[in-house]
Amino acid sequence: MDDILIRAGLAGFATALAAGPLGAAVVWGRLAFFGDALAHASLLGIVLAVVADVHPWIGVAGVGLAVALGLAWAFADPRVAPDALLAAVSYGALAAGLVVLGMVRAPAVNLFGFLFGDILGVGSADLLWAWAGAVVTLLGLAVIWRPLVAMLVHADLAAVEGVPVRSVRLAFLILLALMVAGAMKTVGVLLVTALLVLPAAAARGFARTPEAMAVLAALGGCLAVAAGLGLSFAADAPSGPSIVCVAALLFALSRLLGRRA
Amino acid sequence: MRPLRAGARPAVTVPMGSAAPLVRLDGIDLDLGGRPILRGVDLVVEAGEIVTLIGPNGAGKTSLVRVALGLLAPSAGLVARRDGLRVGYVPQRLAVDPALPLTVERFIGLGGRLAPGRLADLLAEVGTEGLGRAPMQGLSGGELQRVMLARALARDPDLLVLDEPAQGVDVLGQVELFDLVTRVRRARGCGVLMVSHDLHLVMAATDIVVCLNHHVCCTGHPEAVGRHPAYLALLGPTARGLAVYAHAHDHHHDVAGHVVGEAGEDTRNARG
Repeated sequence: MDDILIRAGLAGFATALAAGPLGAAVVWGRLAFFGDALAHASLLGIVLAVVADVHPWIGVAGVGLAVALGLAWAFADPRVAPDALLAAVSYGALAAGLVVLGMVRAPAVNLFGFLFGDILGVGSADLLWAWAGAVVTLLGLAVIWRPLVAMLVHADLAAVEGVPVRSVRLAFLILLALMVAGAMKTVGVLLVTALLVLPAAAARGFARTPEAMAVLAALGGCLAVAAGLGLSFAADAPSGPSIVCVAALLFALSRLLGRRA
Repeated sequence: MRPLRAGARPAVTVPMGSAAPLVRLDGIDLDLGGRPILRGVDLVVEAGEIVTLIGPNGAGKTSLVRVALGLLAPSAGLVARRDGLRVGYVPQRLAVDPALPLTVERFIGLGGRLAPGRLADLLAEVGTEGLGRAPMQGLSGGELQRVMLARALARDPDLLVLDEPAQGVDVLGQVELFDLVTRVRRARGCGVLMVSHDLHLVMAATDIVVCLNHHVCCTGHPEAVGRHPAYLALLGPTARGLAVYAHAHDHHHDVAGHVVGEAGEDTRNARG
């Protein structure tokens, strides 16, 4: 039992650490729907992974990368309405995943666990994947951080100053796809956007710089994971939703306590 | 590949040597969403020269600036930039999202790493000393324009591009802003390309005026353009008989924009 909780906590911390800075950028760029689209598309990845008999993480990351590339490409066309495009990708991929799931009748796919996470079922291999994903995400984010913030403040200004805006946007979406794939086991794809957005939004009132907000968001996410797991264990509640409940509570508290710096 | 009109030259960007103009646009056509925005526009900015684009709303001024900056590819025509040209850009609208905590200091640093002490010099150059740690969201319109100018200047630009720098700034603030642009040009010797919809405000601060309405209506020194029939026809009878806006500094502003000393009421209604 202790082992299960420790593994769950470690996996949750990996997700939360990556989600903090990524979520801050998601909040700044109003990109929460990107997280949703990537999350919904990951069902297709899981099903395809079952069909191809590979680790689900590979399927999810593969489909996530394809969605990231497709979105980055489609967004270059100003005639496409962003919300319509995201809805098309999000629900199209979710529906396709359910259709393929019905066709292959894969009993190995735990739909509830996929949607809401199964953090207590994290094995050693899952833990390794979660940390590898988090470390790669954070390293990648560190490389593109200044151009990314510059782009989110004003894309044209950044472009004139020599930021390769399209590449930075694509790199960001790829990192987001990696993080979503990593979060699948922790909070599930329906709640991953909450883990991205809530700690970052909660951190806003306590931060004066982008970096402070990113770090506070990561710490807040870890707090939500620890307290959420405790709640889940004490009340025998599902763990993914418990984590998100704590994150939502942190956000509400931050509105009462945080001063806009 | 965008289809070209019959007989149109393809758009190319070519580097030029150091004696060449900073930017030269030749026969620029631009279509956006099937609508013709620019037709056969020529534009040259020489080193140390202030060129102002003027014209009614929807005339294509901002689009032309975006072509010059390389943000938009023209449908036809030639864009030539001097080899290794460094451009400082002050965009038309910049609203930092309230969700993004950003101080003036960090905003200027987003353009590139600054040497120690450089930030204070830049803030002093644009007259916003002491604002380094202020959040971007709390700045007044005039302060925001100056801070954006500081970020542009941090790049030691050969060419400064300002799109409607007077937007969101009151008349007195606008005059001071154009004075600042003139001083910066004199001190640094950079070329300036700016957009304005108001000729009389920029007259004193510009060498060449290009009057644009999808094509170049007329171009020349500001006084000559102000009398040109094409300019008068384009900007209507309100433009006729405009006095050149001259002003004397009889007061100063503190960093918050409050007037220190006597305010000159008579300078506020210069539009005659």
